[in-house]
Amino acid sequence: MSLHERHRNIIDFALSSLGRRWKKNLALTVVYAFVVFTLASVVFFTEAVKSEARAVLRGAPEIVVQRLMAGRHDLIPESHIDVLRKITGTRQVQGRLWGYYFEPSTGANYTVVASGEPPLEPGTIAIGQGVARTLNAGEGDLIPLKGSKGDYASFEVVRVFSHESELVSSDLIEMHADDLRAFFGVPEDYFTDITLKVRNEKELVVVADKIRRLLPDTRPILRDEILRTYDSLFDWRSGLLLVIFAGAVAAFVIFAWDKATSLSMEERREMGVLKAVGWETSEVIAMKSWEGIIISLAAFFGGTVLAYVHVFFSSAFIFEPVLKGWAVLYPRFQLVPQIDPYQVLALFFLTVVPYTVATVIPTWSAATVDPDSIMRL
Amino acid sequence: MPTRKSTIFFVLAGLGAGALAVMVAHAHYRHQKAQAAWNESAALVKRLDLTDLCLFTDARYARHPSMADRHTPFQDSPMAMEHFPSGTLISPPPHLRPQ
Repeated sequence: MSLHERHRNIIDFALSSLGRRWKKNLALTVVYAFVVFTLASVVFFTEAVKSEARAVLRGAPEIVVQRLMAGRHDLIPESHIDVLRKITGTRQVQGRLWGYYFEPSTGANYTVVASGEPPLEPGTIAIGQGVARTLNAGEGDLIPLKGSKGDYASFEVVRVFSHESELVSSDLIEMHADDLRAFFGVPEDYFTDITLKVRNEKELVVVADKIRRLLPDTRPILRDEILRTYDSLFDWRSGLLLVIFAGAVAAFVIFAWDKATSLSMEERREMGVLKAVGWETSEVIAMKSWEGIIISLAAFFGGTVLAYVHVFFSSAFIFEPVLKGWAVLYPRFQLVPQIDPYQVLALFFLTVVPYTVATVIPTWSAATVDPDSIMRL
Repeated sequence: MPTRKSTIFFVLAGLGAGALAVMVAHAHYRHQKAQAAWNESAALVKRLDLTDLCLFTDARYARHPSMADRHTPFQDSPMAMEHFPSGTLISPPPHLRPQ
């Protein structure tokens, strides 16, 4: 009999054996698939966010210069711009105006930014989809916002940012720089921070060092650092992700422990009968290995495909309560899938292999015992 | 002659592998299609000098993690520990970690 035919016969027998205990095996597969689903969902979600961050933040400022006072971000004086302009290699040094606005009627937090080029007309604003949703506002509507002096100012919505840009614009309110100054009470000769460009990108680090020396009350943040922030954003060591991964690892340990210590009496007797009727030890081990492979493959395929549907077709609705946190405004973005075959392979080896190995070890110890003594148990 | 169970298994395993291949192909297709939307977002980022993604809006250091200062976990008082759920999801940016 060829090796192929022999293994097909063993698989036939393994499937029949699994079918005899179908309730237990189905429950095992469902729990196993859920563990794979959780891990795969986290991997798919974080990789998609990282890929999106790299794609859209390539337009971020090359260097942002923040002023720190008593360990906190503080307004930066206009005079710092002149100092920065004198540094060799810098260009386009300009102040940036932005801030946060808490909307008392909805309880939502918005990010207010000064208009770029071309600027909006004074008295008008452009808003993100999240702002439009929470305020139930659209183009042409007047929105009253409470200024720093307690008085309300009405702004006309002239544009709502597209749904496609929601990952960067959901909570944005863009307004004219003069309106922003008046609204937040920012003094004329101050900015929130300063952005600058460098003629030669290779000199970014040198320029940043010069900034630190010339303006010791500031800190420069490079674009590369902004991008790396998102590469490490959902680091596996961060709180909740660590809990999820620890839960998954604990579940696998329980699976493996269960397999390694509790071959049921029925399974042991089955092995004894197989050996008594002429099966070799290697064939019994192959049969049990196939059982493990069948269960783990079913769980792997089921869990991975469901995770893909969950993250990319249903906006990761299971994660939503966690991601939403205490926020009233929750951006509704449809992530673009970023599947690296390496990730799928890693997931495969992290889930299928340990389970299959955990199945083989107790089988080997049981299959090497004399069949007569097993059947008398 | 009835279909062998192993045949059903190989067909189902093939379908599973096929589903993974479809997933990878779909991801590639969506990636190509997303370029225009990404270019639009990148243009907005450039025009408004934005620095961060809008993933969370409950805490300022989660809304703009790259702009956060070193003292955000104690922003309200020296003993005020992290209490925003989003703060447990994200790790500090590399430029705020000890070198």
